[in-house]
Amino acid sequence: MILDGKVPSGPIDSRWDRHKRDMLLVNPANRRKFNVIVVGTGLAGASAAASLGEMGYNVKAFTILDSPRRSHSIAAQGGINAAKNYKNDGDSVYRLFYDTVKGGDYRARESNVHRLAEVSVDIIDQCVAQGVPFAREYGGMLDNRSFGGAQVSRTFYARGQTGQQLLLGAYSALMRQVDAGTVKIFARREMLDLVVANGKARGIVCRNLVNGKMERYVADAVLLCTGGYGNAYYLSTNAGNSNVTAAWRCARRGAYFANPCFVQIHPTCIPVSGSHQSKLTLMSESLRNDGRVWVPKNADDKRPANEIPEEDRDYYLERRYPAFGNLVPRDVASRNAKVVCDEGRGVGATGRAVYLDFTDAIERLGEDAIRDRYGNLFAMYEHIADEDPYKAPMRIYPAVHYTMGGLWVDYHLMSNIPGLFVLGEANFSDHGANRLGASALMQGLADGYFVIPYTLANYLGGAKLDALSTDHDSFAEAQNSVSERINKLLAVNGARTVTEFHRELGQILWDKVGMSRKQDTLHEALDEVRKLRDEYAQNVKVVGRSDDLNRQMEVALRVDDYMEFAEMLVSDALDRDESCGCHFREEHQTDDGECMRNDERYSYVAAWEFKGRNAKPELHKEQLEFKFAEVKQRSYK
Amino acid sequence: MNEISVKLRVWRQASADAEGKLQDYKVENVVPDMSFLEMLDVLNEGLARRGEDVIAFDSDCREGICGCCSLTINGVPHGRGTGKTTCQLYMRDFADGETITVEPFRAKAFPVVKDLVVDRSAFDGIMAAGGYVSVNTGAAPDGNQIAIGKDIADKAFDAAACIGCGACVAACKNAAAFLFVGAKVTQLALLPQGHPERERRVIRMVDTMEEAGFGNCTNEAECEAVCPKEISTAHITKLNREYARALLKLS
Ligand SMILES: Cc1cc2nc3c(=O)[nH]c(=O)nc-3n(C[C@H](O)[C@H](O)[C@H](O)COP(=O)(O)OP(=O)(O)OC[C@H]3O[C@@H](n4cnc5c(N)ncnc54)[C@H](O)[C@@H]3O)c2cc1C
Ligand code: FES
Repeated sequence: MILDGKVPSGPIDSRWDRHKRDMLLVNPANRRKFNVIVVGTGLAGASAAASLGEMGYNVKAFTILDSPRRSHSIAAQGGINAAKNYKNDGDSVYRLFYDTVKGGDYRARESNVHRLAEVSVDIIDQCVAQGVPFAREYGGMLDNRSFGGAQVSRTFYARGQTGQQLLLGAYSALMRQVDAGTVKIFARREMLDLVVANGKARGIVCRNLVNGKMERYVADAVLLCTGGYGNAYYLSTNAGNSNVTAAWRCARRGAYFANPCFVQIHPTCIPVSGSHQSKLTLMSESLRNDGRVWVPKNADDKRPANEIPEEDRDYYLERRYPAFGNLVPRDVASRNAKVVCDEGRGVGATGRAVYLDFTDAIERLGEDAIRDRYGNLFAMYEHIADEDPYKAPMRIYPAVHYTMGGLWVDYHLMSNIPGLFVLGEANFSDHGANRLGASALMQGLADGYFVIPYTLANYLGGAKLDALSTDHDSFAEAQNSVSERINKLLAVNGARTVTEFHRELGQILWDKVGMSRKQDTLHEALDEVRKLRDEYAQNVKVVGRSDDLNRQMEVALRVDDYMEFAEMLVSDALDRDESCGCHFREEHQTDDGECMRNDERYSYVAAWEFKGRNAKPELHKEQLEFKFAEVKQRSYK
Repeated sequence: MNEISVKLRVWRQASADAEGKLQDYKVENVVPDMSFLEMLDVLNEGLARRGEDVIAFDSDCREGICGCCSLTINGVPHGRGTGKTTCQLYMRDFADGETITVEPFRAKAFPVVKDLVVDRSAFDGIMAAGGYVSVNTGAAPDGNQIAIGKDIADKAFDAAACIGCGACVAACKNAAAFLFVGAKVTQLALLPQGHPERERRVIRMVDTMEEAGFGNCTNEAECEAVCPKEISTAHITKLNREYARALLKLS
């Protein structure tokens, strides 16, 4: 089936404006009659729930964590992009749009990206008005920095805690609506199924994580804002509770999952230290503005970094990419780190690390200047790695960080299930095959503050929704299927723990569906994932009860979903027989090892339909068109 | 690196209204590079393998920013060491054979949910009582419309850095939440955006704090000593001043 993204026509720079005029509205007096469920209170969910509450809708917001003030979003360090051009350095909506489309290696939907660039400026205004303490210049104006290889300074930041400050801003707006009575918060709840009645998304089934009770909630629309699935790889920079369950449960109810193989691997993370490792810590990309990346020229050079003279070092990014040097996009930097480590030139105890060296910057600017810029990051590094980065170079290695793939949505952020909207990292829409730095926060807030208030009204204004209560069969069926899953898992009583399985799944994906992929090993991965999934069902050991706070079981359900989902992820990587962005297929590279896209065959969004546990997922394509951004081979030479 | 072993005394409590007690565990083969929570993961993994109920504790980011983790270690919220959350502690800071007592954050307003997990929703209640600027989406002027000096912006940031973990409350004899409330009130009192609601905000937040069962400030600064973001008690002084100022203005 060919999918329709329902993109409006006309010139790209006025599309969204004109479309806003054409969409249906819900009049203010009627809004409180509509119930809206928002699952997830990260940046996307909190901004959506707050905005819809302000408009007068009746909102219920759900989160796994104990409070909407926390979520994975809070950990974002670097900043948020906006095309304000406050620096007068040639930025514009068009340039942000173009950079994002190109950065994503021409695998994103042009119209969505343009809209994102347009509303980026409103996001900053909104956050400032909420009291978000962005960095300022002495004159009192907002400060910007360049980030993630952009050639203009368009990144707004709040020290190294931008995500925290943006989230607290959205959270405070949300709590204001709680105060006003338009939003009700349901914390420590995990959505475990979507309820579809008469073809429309009408509610959710949750588990109350404190007492294990199943709860049913009915609504006129469901907004899924549940973040990304990086933790399928076991180790990632994601928060421990990030997961694919909500999205996967929707996929099992018929929602298409788009581009699952587009997984961003961030180049600058603290390397793995041992098998006990539970997560990986990101070192902000901003470090690459002043740090130089290198490894020894010779694989057998085991001298400490400081004893290796200049002539025996290989600053491989500067050498291979003279124009961008250490600031090449994430996918390029990560892949190159892998290549030099595969050549045996990696450093540190495990040989899976490269140096990020600040010696030159410290000489040029002084230690104080560096401390001023990166003090908290250096302290964090020293604390975790137990080594002083002012004295010896940092050791870094790539880690799974962000997932560009997600549930398929149209221009309205609605999935193929009417009434199910997907926002933030959980959808696939704006970043193509690679996300640029400081653009995920922008997208989450764009979706929540400035897109969904319009597109949801358009849906509710036109949808004919039957009166429905949680007594409806569709709710009973969903709840029963969740209870059955839980009981089944508890009953296995096998020999291996949930974590052991998760670790093994992560290793398969990391080795074979990570920075570099090829056909034969992808086939192996598919077999291995299937075997592991079957073993999981036979041999997992989940302790505790279902009617209790039971972390083991929470994780067991999520790992169960990763197992199924992984098969789709690998299938997608196999289907996409080209290299693009993060998806590097070894069969398709230029003579000097760069990605070789195949626009003729693969300029599409791959939207997968789940067909059953033992059936192959079915591929639906949305053809991508580039009319406004000139399609080029990406080059950072 | 040399592995160590530690003895743990961990608070186990089946549910909110069950009796709790300290239970002993031994954890062997602890690698110094493990974080404290990873050491607990290893312990839990062992319990799970033996079919025993695992120890419940909260964590999410494991890098000191979300405010989930909330353990009292050897009597100190977030353990010894300044400017750190529980998840930022590493086993290299513990001695071989050391006995470590692990309890939840304790406060009347933070009831235990299970084992080491507590309910801190009282903080959300305080935030809902005015911890915001009343501006609807779409109603904002250009971000550069109001100039805010760098020093003010920096000070506002210092206050806004609070992660809402509740260590300040757990460290205080009276379980006071003055540092938490003071930080938010200060942030919004410093910024021009917060001025229209300045008086109403501080009165409501303080009243809600008291109703939620938090105690009175004793001026002993135990809160500052354990705050992982090193938020200073100057924010409490500011809170008291803001409160007095509001009372005066509203009377
Ligand atoms: C270390 C780090 C640094 C980063 N730095 C930057 C940066 O500088 N700039 C940038 O632009 N981006 C950055 N990113 C990416 C960015 O932070 C995320 O992509 C973004 O915050 C995701 O927001 P979200 O609202 O979509 O999802 P999340 O913040 O992941 O929120 C998901 C929410 O859904 C809830 N949830 C999930 N599943 C369920 C369920 N089944 N039931 C109920 N609730 C559920 C969770 O509790 C949570 O509230 C960074 C990411 C990391 C890991
Ligand atoms: S787990 Fe997030 S602060 Fe400790």
